[in-house]
Amino acid sequence: MSKKILFNFIAVFLIFLTISIGSSAGPKQSLLNVSYDPTRELYQDFNKSFAAYWHKKSGQTVTIRQSHGGSGKQARSVIDGLEADVVTLALAYDIDAIQAAGFIKPGWQKRLPHNSSPYTSTIVFLVRKGNPKKIRDWNDLVKPGVSVITPNPKTSGGARWNYLAAWGYALRKSGGNETKAKEFVKKLYKSVPVLDSGARGSLTTFIQREIGDVLLAWENEAYLAVKELGKDKFEIVTPSISILAEPPVTLVDTNADKHGARKIAEAYLKYLYTDEGQKIAAKHYYRPGNGAIAAQYSKLLTNVKLFTIDGVFGGWQRAQKKHFADGGVFDQIYTGE
Amino acid sequence: MNLSLKKQSILPGFFPSLGITLLYLSLIVLIPLSTIFLRSAALTFGRFMEIVTAPRVVASFALSFGASLVAAVTNVFIGVLLAWVLVRYKFPGKGLVDALVDLPFALPTAVGGIALTTLYAENGWIGRLLAPLGIIAVFNPLGIVIALIFIGFPFVVRTVQPVLLELDVEIEEAAASLGAGRVQTFVRVVFPSILPAVLTGFVLSFARALGEYGSVVFIAGNMPMKTEIVPLMIMTKLEQFDIPAATAIAFVMLVASFILLLLINFLQWKSGKNLVSG
Repeated sequence: MSKKILFNFIAVFLIFLTISIGSSAGPKQSLLNVSYDPTRELYQDFNKSFAAYWHKKSGQTVTIRQSHGGSGKQARSVIDGLEADVVTLALAYDIDAIQAAGFIKPGWQKRLPHNSSPYTSTIVFLVRKGNPKKIRDWNDLVKPGVSVITPNPKTSGGARWNYLAAWGYALRKSGGNETKAKEFVKKLYKSVPVLDSGARGSLTTFIQREIGDVLLAWENEAYLAVKELGKDKFEIVTPSISILAEPPVTLVDTNADKHGARKIAEAYLKYLYTDEGQKIAAKHYYRPGNGAIAAQYSKLLTNVKLFTIDGVFGGWQRAQKKHFADGGVFDQIYTGE
Repeated sequence: MNLSLKKQSILPGFFPSLGITLLYLSLIVLIPLSTIFLRSAALTFGRFMEIVTAPRVVASFALSFGASLVAAVTNVFIGVLLAWVLVRYKFPGKGLVDALVDLPFALPTAVGGIALTTLYAENGWIGRLLAPLGIIAVFNPLGIVIALIFIGFPFVVRTVQPVLLELDVEIEEAAASLGAGRVQTFVRVVFPSILPAVLTGFVLSFARALGEYGSVVFIAGNMPMKTEIVPLMIMTKLEQFDIPAATAIAFVMLVASFILLLLINFLQWKSGKNLVSG
C-alpha cells in the first residue's frame, strides 16, 4: 500500500517536472503587468490583442500576467519585490515612488508620448436618474442639501484626482484665489457623509446603500457602473471643466532587464499607442490620446474643457506635498486650521 | 544558571524543545515586530512625537481603544450567556448553533464587514427598523462597535465553554443545599471558577478588535477625526509611502497593547491565585 502511494508521488512529481521543463523550453516569454483596479477588463482585452500581434511579428508566444489592486498598494508591492516588468498605475506619484526606490530610471515620464499616458480620463458626476437635485456643474455640489460621495484622497490614489479637479475648478472660477479655492473644497468635503478607502467602496455606498446625491468618479468607471448596474437608475453629468486624469505606464527597468524582457515590454507599452491599442482603451471608456480614434468615440466621451496637473499644480510631487501630506490642505479641512 | 536549569527539568528533551520554541517565536513574532522598532528608530524623537500626537492620529487612538473596549465588554456578557446556554441546556439544533459560533473566525473579515454594512445601512433590513427610532448604526462609532463585536465574540464563547463543561453541576447543587440562592450560587460559586477564562476571552476579543481592519473600513465611513481607526491611519501613511510614520503609529499601538495585555494577564494570574487559596 505505502509503496503504491510512494510510486504515485514519484509519478506526480515527474509529471510536474516534465511540464516545467517543457514550458521553459521553446520560444516563450512571460510578462508581468502590475496595474490598478479598474483596468482589469481593459488589460484582459489588450493582452489578448498584443499576444496575437507579437506572435505574428516575432513567432514568440507571450504569456501576460496581470495584477490589480489599489494603485498605491501596487506600487508598494513592486518596491517590496513584486517583479513587474511594466507598471500601469493611476497616478505618476506612485510610479515616482518606484523610481525613488531605484527600479525605474529618472525621467521615465518623458519616455513615451503624452506624459507616458496612452489613455486618459477625467472626473465626472454620477447622479440618480432624472437628476433630482439638478446637479450640472461643480458649484451645484456645495448647494445646501446636496450630499457628495467620494473616497478618501489619502487612502485612494484615484480619489486624489477628484479632489484636485474640484480645487482646479474653484481656482479658475475665483481667478486664482487660493483662499477661495480652499473654502470651496472645504465646503465640498463637509458635505461628504462617508469617505470610503477606495473608489469601489464609494461606488457601493452610492449605489447599494443609496447614500448621497452625487458620486465623483473617473469617467471610465462611471460608464462602467452605468453599463453594469442599469441605465434606468443613474445618469452621468459632465461638468463644464475638469481635470485631465493621466494614468501613466512605464517599464520597470531593473526587472525587465533581469528577465531579459526589455524588448517585449517596450513593444507592449508602444502597442498601447497603436490604433488597435487606442481602440481597446476607448472601448473601455478611457479617452484615447490619438485624436482620430477619439473622434470616433466622441458621442460617448463628450468634449469638456480639461486642465492638467502640471499646468495648475506644477506636477504630482508639489500637489502631494501641498494638499495630501500630513498637515496639508486636506488635513486642514478636518482639523479646522 | 545552566546547571540550575538542568536540575529543574525532570523530563528529557528540555533544551531541544525550548530551542525550537524560541526559534519559532523569533521567526514568526519577534523578528517581524522588531523591524517596527527599527523602522521607527529612523525618526528623530521630535518627529516621532509630532506624528503620534497629530490630532487625527490621537482621535484614531481614542476611537480604536474605546470601541474595542466597548465591544470586548459586550462580548463578555453575550459570550458567557451563549456558553452557558450551549453547555447547560439541551435543545434541538444545538450542534448547529455551536458550529455557527465559529463562523466569524472563518469568514474573511471584509465579507463580514460588507454584510454588516448592507444589513445595518439605512436601507438595509435591520437599519430600516432602527432608523425610525433615530438609531443610525453605520458610518459612525456604533457601526465600528458592531463590527468588532462580530469578529470578537467567538473568543469569549470558546474560552468559557470548556471551563463550564468541567464545572460539576454537583457543586451548584451543594451550594443550593447549603442554602444559597440562585444569584448567590452564580456570583459566589460559578463566576469565580469561570473568571480566569472570561478574562482570557476578554483579552483575546479586545486584542483582536484593536488590530481589526478588514471589516471595520466598510462600516466605519472613515471620516477624519470621527471614525478613523488606527489601522486605517497606518494604511493612510503607507499610501503616502511614509513608512516611518506608519511604523511610528504601529509602535505606539504595539506598546500600548502590550502593556494592556500584561496588565490583564496579571489580573488573571491574581484571580486564579485567589481561587486556589480562597
